[in-house]
Amino acid sequence: MNVISLSAFDLSLAATLLLALAFCSLKIGLGIERQIVISGLRMTAQLLLVGLVLKVLFANGSFLLVFVMSLFMLLVAGYEVRARQTRKLRGSVGYFISTGSMFVSSFSVAFLALTVMVGVDPWYTPQYAIPMLGMLLGNTMNGVALSSDRLTTDMYNQRGMVEQRLLLGQSWQEASGDIRRDCMRVGMIPIVNSMAAAGIVSLPGMMTGQILGGSSPMDAVKYQILIMFLIAAGTGFGVITAIWLISRRLFDDRQRLVLDNLMQQKQQ
Amino acid sequence: MPTALTIQNLRFLSNGPYSLDLAKGECCGINGASGIGKSQFLRAIADVLAHEGECVLESTPCLSMSPQDWRKKVALVAPESFWWYDTVGPHFGVESADDPYFCHLLERLGFSLDALQWQISRLSTGERQRLSLIRTLITNPKVLLLDEPTSGLDRKMAAEVEDIVAMRCDKKESSCIWVSHDLEQLARLSGRCFQLNREALVEMFL
Repeated sequence: MNVISLSAFDLSLAATLLLALAFCSLKIGLGIERQIVISGLRMTAQLLLVGLVLKVLFANGSFLLVFVMSLFMLLVAGYEVRARQTRKLRGSVGYFISTGSMFVSSFSVAFLALTVMVGVDPWYTPQYAIPMLGMLLGNTMNGVALSSDRLTTDMYNQRGMVEQRLLLGQSWQEASGDIRRDCMRVGMIPIVNSMAAAGIVSLPGMMTGQILGGSSPMDAVKYQILIMFLIAAGTGFGVITAIWLISRRLFDDRQRLVLDNLMQQKQQ
Repeated sequence: MPTALTIQNLRFLSNGPYSLDLAKGECCGINGASGIGKSQFLRAIADVLAHEGECVLESTPCLSMSPQDWRKKVALVAPESFWWYDTVGPHFGVESADDPYFCHLLERLGFSLDALQWQISRLSTGERQRLSLIRTLITNPKVLLLDEPTSGLDRKMAAEVEDIVAMRCDKKESSCIWVSHDLEQLARLSGRCFQLNREALVEMFL
């Protein structure tokens, strides 16, 4: 089966839906019209651009190009994770932590999958490496961002409680244990939800794409199962890394809670 | 009189340097204008606030102890207390109901063992304050840092708290730094009283 190619006209028809939504928002004063239009335009530009980049990448296939492309994706993911936080860690350390967690959650897991499970030769073959890494980065980003945001916010809001526990002679791990467990749970919610709903409520995007592209349903399903496992494991390890690194930064060597390391919340 | 706690050139934020020798069994009063840094002074001694200078507990410097050990031995009771379980009981550990000192404190401060089943969300300010004091006292700290420990209590309960602390000091079980705005209370309790200002501790004669 060949894929039915979409024309520019088909896409602009879909875009009018979004414009209609923006118009409604303007009429009833929801205040989201600007955001809708900008993010729609941004998404279109980004995807068209990446289409061109992938075309070159697939034709060339050199390790260096794949490496540069994945590094760029990683840095953007790290930046976005930090940008989602209400109270960010001060200085470059915040970027290092979010990028480091994304590295753990996606790079390491993608490498493992490409070399061991998929076993494609060479392992950096762009047709496999880039989509796989993209899926992992995009999905684990949610979990890592949610848990990081929750951690810094909760530590700030519950500083009295954390300090009370320190005063009673608890270590920083005990004093922040409840908060860290909660953040772990929050970080895992998106992937646990999508695993629970997979196949019943929703057909996951990657599988849908493969089926539309002409793969047999069973092949598509197997890839989807693989990617779900990878995302779940990646999210888990990424969240653990982020929570550990961030909470380490929030306590000093004498196990005092130091919220000076957090930036102030922007006034709304 | 042997020294329980030595504070040498303690500086924090833009305050200090403060120096103080607290004798074993002494209850030392601290007074000072609101917002001058009395609570921060106690937080620095308890080592939950970054500071310069040294605190020494019976010849052991703070830095040579783990922060957990230090805070158990030099225990701060803040005016506002925090609780993280739903009921009172779990905050005191399972064996506490068999601890005679714990039961004694509960009774003196107007509670019975039933209080262990109470919901934290229903406690009044004064109840929280008394329970918070008990929570620290049962760990048998060598130095008590009390930050306005009777601010939410009526006269009768305040007198009980004063008596419990005075008793510990008399028996040399604890030494105490007591922060209060109530000069009469400080005169009753303490041998020495100090006015804390931004630069130093100035002895007051009440």
